[in-house]
Amino acid sequence: MNSSSILSIVTFVYGLSALLYIICLIFRKDAPGRAATWTAILGVAGNILGVGLRWVESYQLGYGHAPLSNLYESLVFFAWAIVTIYLFVERRYKNRVIGAFTMPLAFLAMAYASLSPNISDRIQPLIPALKSNWLIAHVITCFLGYAGFAIAFGISLMYVVRERPGGQGPVSSRFPEPATLDDLTHKMVQFGFLFLSIGIITGAVWANSAWGRYWGWDPKETWSLITWFVYATLLHARLMRGWRGRKIAYISILGFMAVLFTYFGVNLLPGLHSYGAQ
Amino acid sequence: MKTEGDAPRASSRFWRLLISIRLTVFLLLSLAATSIIGTLVPQNASPQDYVRAYGEFLYRLFYVLDVFDMYHSWWFQTLLVLLTANIVACSIDRLSSLWETVFVKTPGFRLSAFRKLKDRESFSVQGSADALEARYAAAAARRFTYTRTEKTGEGFCIFAEKGRWTRLGVYIVHFSVVFLLMGGLIGSIFGFDGFVNIPEGETVQAVRLRSGGGEQPLEFAIRCDDFQVSFYETGAPKEYRSSLVILEEGEEVLQKDIIVNDPLRYRGINIFQSSYGKIPGDLKATLEKGISLSFTSRASGMVYRETALVGKPVALPEGGGTFTVKELLPSYRFMGQQDLGETLVGSLASPDGGTTEVKLPIRFSRFDKMRKDARFVIAVDEVVEERYYTGLQVTSDPGVPLVYAGFVLMILGCIVTFFMSHQRLCIDVVGRGRKTMVTVSGAANKNRAGIQATVRQMSRRLNALDRG
Ligand code: HEM
Repeated sequence: MNSSSILSIVTFVYGLSALLYIICLIFRKDAPGRAATWTAILGVAGNILGVGLRWVESYQLGYGHAPLSNLYESLVFFAWAIVTIYLFVERRYKNRVIGAFTMPLAFLAMAYASLSPNISDRIQPLIPALKSNWLIAHVITCFLGYAGFAIAFGISLMYVVRERPGGQGPVSSRFPEPATLDDLTHKMVQFGFLFLSIGIITGAVWANSAWGRYWGWDPKETWSLITWFVYATLLHARLMRGWRGRKIAYISILGFMAVLFTYFGVNLLPGLHSYGAQ
Repeated sequence: MKTEGDAPRASSRFWRLLISIRLTVFLLLSLAATSIIGTLVPQNASPQDYVRAYGEFLYRLFYVLDVFDMYHSWWFQTLLVLLTANIVACSIDRLSSLWETVFVKTPGFRLSAFRKLKDRESFSVQGSADALEARYAAAAARRFTYTRTEKTGEGFCIFAEKGRWTRLGVYIVHFSVVFLLMGGLIGSIFGFDGFVNIPEGETVQAVRLRSGGGEQPLEFAIRCDDFQVSFYETGAPKEYRSSLVILEEGEEVLQKDIIVNDPLRYRGINIFQSSYGKIPGDLKATLEKGISLSFTSRASGMVYRETALVGKPVALPEGGGTFTVKELLPSYRFMGQQDLGETLVGSLASPDGGTTEVKLPIRFSRFDKMRKDARFVIAVDEVVEERYYTGLQVTSDPGVPLVYAGFVLMILGCIVTFFMSHQRLCIDVVGRGRKTMVTVSGAANKNRAGIQATVRQMSRRLNALDRG
């Protein structure tokens, strides 16, 4: 059994967990909720195992590098970070409803990594530019940040659904209080903002050690900065102008769209290099 | 600054705009929105490419608006300068009053205010209030940086606080942004960004600038002794390595192998491995030192090697006369057809007095076999190898320390702003006959859950202290 097949199984474990969270939300039953949490924990364990094994395999192949060097590996880490952070939130707030909005994101990230024909799960050797500890710090911090924003996005969606003009439906009335959702969005954005900042910074230091310039207005860099500006706007609107609730939820959703574009969309832009290459 | 100018009204309105968070939000969103343009329109490409992609009209429009180098355009830079001004103005405006709040000698506490707080925990103990004072004060002092005990009518109260300085966290973040912009500015004024290709064995003293194409002389020379590239079995590159030597006035002062991600830094100049390529070997130089030729005797099959210099006749073995190298042709068309490339021309003088011109294409060592009735087949023995050149990125950026300081400040400032707060606590001890009521209440400038936890812990700790 190699790491890729373990991670494929993890994809389905996350999918199952997401399904259980949704069932728990719709049918108001505790049993599927508890099962959802345990399934998610199992998925995280499998995820860690898969990544660890992949690391060992890369040494066996003679390449020997941390499994954080291409799109596949970053998506796997992204999924892990979403579920892990979410589980902390669930424990802290003793609420499983949020899982119905965040687990599907982890599942989608893993499913995209495992199933997309454009993404290779082969372990590749590192090209010279990627041989840097700054790269490892860069990928970890960026994706922790993105995971924070992903969860904030899920919670903002809940806010918008719950507080929609038509009034609450039977399902959305089970969501946490609007004030709690707003507060959680803010906390997750703060977490994400800190790590995105560190991610941009470690990326800049890496670029400076590899190419002698810390900032080059390369489209990927620029889009990460755009994302950073959007979330900075959110923080200022909330702290200084007292925006709450729906407006903040909309900015958080917009911010996550910027995250997705930075991550996937940039490759569609004209005249670009692929992930990590320069 | 507020009263500058002869129209104080207008200037104060300007100041109010400059310190408004509306402007901040506007600038942040404008920067985000305009930044997108530069990712949709490739930057700094050639005019021909642009005209082909956008047509004449759009090309002219974009050209006028600096869209092709928009991150250095006047309007984008103006947005950045306004952002800096906004942050600095805000900081000046707020910091002067905040400074007094943060650096007070004796912070003010009002018991009546604490008694109205919602975040509180109470318990009662046996015995008088006075007996508790010293122990409670010690317990509070262990957890807080500042504590003060005051007598009240029915007992005493302890005020405690910590994290007053964390109110400055936001300004650390904002100053970090100023650091970054200043560092960038210094880099763009005093720094340079150049590149140079050095063939193995050669030395350079200047580099070509990336923008503008001018030359940047260096205060020292760089020599490349060796370049090596290695590959994985997959064909992907594994490592690029250049052995560089720094020379000052001809003296070797530093030797280092550089690879990607491990540059050489010397006297504020950074030298990065950036690209590589091959150049044909330098035959002329070889020729000046003497080129090695082989003479294969048709009669005996023996191979003789000789080093030849231009114009100096070489005596052939077995009494075969002399051979003289005459010149090097850059190209040679055999029978007016195929170009055989660099070709050595020599003349062969036989012992009986006749001379024959001999052509020796470097790359075709068996060419001379075609010469009829020859006693010797002549060939250029050592084919001069192609050489590598290393492509180096050479930069100087005196703004980097400032930028890195900004990076550190930004991370620290964000941590302080997001996760730390100014917590104020009051332990209110009121004697009621033989019983004493203890109330712990607290407030913080943010993170309500945090102060609630602190209140709970302190209350539990004091309660336990009393029992133990
Ligand atoms: C891109 C750069 C930024 C700009 C241009 C900017 C600008 C501003 C301005 C003009 C203010 C109003 C200042 C005042 O009235 O005291 C402000 C306040 C604030 N900013 Fe920023 N800021 C930036 C980045 C950040 C970041 C990254 C954070 C997050 C840590 C942050 C957190 C805050 C907070 C918490 C306040 C409220 C300050 C208070 O309560 O007095 N800012 N910002």
